[in-house]
Amino acid sequence: MLDFFNIDSLLSEEERAVRASVRAFVDEHVLPVIGKCYVEGRFPREIVPKMAELGVYGANLPEEYGCAGLNNVAYGLIMQELERGDSGVRSFASVQGALAMYPIYAFGSEEQRKKYLPKMAAGEIIGCFGLTEPDYGSNPSGMITMAREQKDGTWLLNGAKMWITNGSTAQIAVVWAKTNGDTSDSSIRGFVVPTNSNGFKAKDQKGKLSLRASDTSELVFQDVCLPADALLPKSGGLKSPLMCLTQARYGISWGAIGAAMACFEEALSYSKTRIMFDRPIGGFQIQQERLADMLTEIVKAQLVSLHLGRLKDAGTFTPQQVSLAKRNNVSMATDVAREARRLLGANGILAEYSAMRHMENLESVYTYEGTHDVHSLVLGQAVTGLNAFK
Amino acid sequence: MKIAVCIKRTPDSESRFRIGSSGTAIDETGLKFDIDDFASYAVEVALQLNEKQGPGETVVYAIGPDSVQETLRKAMSMGADRAVQLKTDAVPYDGLAVAKALAAELKGGGFDLILFGKHAFDTSGGIVGTATAQLLGLACVTAASKLDIANGRGTARRELEGAGEIVEFALPAAITIDEGIARPRYPSLKNIMAAKKKPLETKPAQLGPARVRVKSLELPPDRPPGRIIGEGVAAVPELVRLLHTEAKVL
Repeated sequence: MLDFFNIDSLLSEEERAVRASVRAFVDEHVLPVIGKCYVEGRFPREIVPKMAELGVYGANLPEEYGCAGLNNVAYGLIMQELERGDSGVRSFASVQGALAMYPIYAFGSEEQRKKYLPKMAAGEIIGCFGLTEPDYGSNPSGMITMAREQKDGTWLLNGAKMWITNGSTAQIAVVWAKTNGDTSDSSIRGFVVPTNSNGFKAKDQKGKLSLRASDTSELVFQDVCLPADALLPKSGGLKSPLMCLTQARYGISWGAIGAAMACFEEALSYSKTRIMFDRPIGGFQIQQERLADMLTEIVKAQLVSLHLGRLKDAGTFTPQQVSLAKRNNVSMATDVAREARRLLGANGILAEYSAMRHMENLESVYTYEGTHDVHSLVLGQAVTGLNAFK
Repeated sequence: MKIAVCIKRTPDSESRFRIGSSGTAIDETGLKFDIDDFASYAVEVALQLNEKQGPGETVVYAIGPDSVQETLRKAMSMGADRAVQLKTDAVPYDGLAVAKALAAELKGGGFDLILFGKHAFDTSGGIVGTATAQLLGLACVTAASKLDIANGRGTARRELEGAGEIVEFALPAAITIDEGIARPRYPSLKNIMAAKKKPLETKPAQLGPARVRVKSLELPPDRPPGRIIGEGVAAVPELVRLLHTEAKVL
C-alpha cells in the first residue's frame, strides 16, 4: 500500500502491528473468495470464526469482556483493512462490534455484559441492530415499534425493522422500541432480543445490487415476549441508539478509506501494465490526473480519520465531527471507486477486479448510517445553529 | 524444549531501493522494516515445536539499535515468551562478528535448539547461523525445509538440486531454516497487546572484530524493454529465429 504522506510515522508500533495482522488476514481469507461471493450474493460465513480468532469483534472494548482493548485508531485501522476487502465484510464487523456489542457494553447491566460480550467477541453469538423501520429511516424518532411492559415485568414487542445487516445470521438482535404506548422519542429503549424468540421473523432482503456479500434482512416482531432482563437498563431516549451510530460511523469513516485504497492500488497497477497505443495507459495525462486526484483525496481522508481517532481516544470528539468524516470519506470513496472503474476500461465491469464491486457497495455505505444528505444537515446545523430537520 | 531463535530486522523486499550517499549502504528513508522472512519461518517452527511438545520456552534474540525492539515484539506477539536485544548502533556486515556476539550470549543458556533463518534478505550472507554453531560447538544443519524432534534427536530435510536429503542429529543443535517449512502466523490483536507485557531485556552486544566491510554497492542495470515481434502462429518462426540467434537460449 502506497503511503505517500508517510502517515505511518503518525501511527504507533502497536497500531501498525494491528493493521499488518488484519491486512494479512484480508489478503488470505477475504480477497481470494470475495468476488465469487459477491456474484453469488453470499456472505462468506466461513470467515466469522476466523475474524473472531484474530480478535476484530469489539476490538476497542475492554479486555475483561474478552475483547482486545485496543485504542480507537487501531480499531479504525481494522475497519480500513476489512473494507479494503469488502464493505460487506466490514459491515459485518461494524454491526457486531459497534452496534451490537457496544450498546450492551454502554447500556447493559454487568450481568448482560458478562453474559453476551465474551461470546460475541469469540464469534459464538452474532448480533444485529434494529433501529431503521420500513417508513422511518432518516427520521428514526418516528418509529412505531412498541414494547409494552406486562404486569409480571416481562415485555411484549411488536413492530418491524428494515435493512438490518446480519439480520438472518444473528442469534441476538439489539432492538430499539418505544415503550408503553408513549409515542415520543424519549420513550425509546433498547432490548436484547434472541432471534429464536416466538414471533420473531427475519426475512432476507432480495434483489440487492449492492452489498451482495452481506446479509440484509427485514425483522418482524409479532407479540414477541421478552424477559425483564432483555431491557438494556441504561438506555433511554433516541440518544442511546444515536450513540451507537456515532461509534459505527466513526469506523465507517475509516472503512471507506480502505475501499478507496483498494480501488486506487488496483487502478495504479493496471495503469502501469495495460498497454494502449503502444504504451502503458498510466503514461497518459488523463489517467495521471485520475490517479493524482484519487491519491490526494485518500491522503486527506486518512488524515481526517486519524485525527478524529486521536480526538476519540482523548474523549473530546463530537458526533458532528464524526458526521464530517463519514460524509467526506464515503463520498470520496464513491468517487475514487468510480474513477478507478473507468480507468480499468471494459475490464472494470468484471468481478475479477474489485473497483465496480466497491463502487456498488459504497452506494449503500453512502446511504446507510446517516445518509450523506442527513450528515450535510447535521453539519449545516452545527455551523449555523439552525435546525433543518424541524 | 528451550528454543532460541535469532532474528533479523530487514527492509520490506517489495520496496524500491536507492543507494545512500555513502555509496556502501541503501538509503533507508521511507523504507518499511519488518522481521526477515526466513527469521519469521524460524520463529514459527519454534512455536509449533513447543506447541506440539508441551511446555517449553521460546526466546528470541536480535542484534541492533533500539529499532529491533519492534521486531522482537513482533516475534513475541506471534507467541515467543521473551526477547533479548543485543544492543549495538549498527549491525556489522561481517557475519562472524555478529555470530561472536550471539555465541557469547547463548553460551550456557541451556537451549535444546537454536534456530536461524537460512540467510537474511538484505545481505544474503548465510554466515551467522553456521558460525554461531561452530563457536558453540553445536551440530549444525543448514537450510532445513522440514524439522522433527523426538526423544532428544532431530531429523531435518534439506532440498538439494533435484533431490531431498534427510539428516539426523542429536540435540542440542543449531538449525538454519529454509522457506516452505511453515507459514508464519499473523499475530492476533490480543497477542499484539499481550506482547507489550512480555519481558524484553537489553544488553550490550559483545561483537567480534568486523573484518569484512562493504566497499561499494551498485544497482542492477535497467532491464531492456520487451519487444513485440508479431501475433499468433505467424510470429513463431521469427520468435524461434530470435531465440536462436539473439537470446541464444535454443
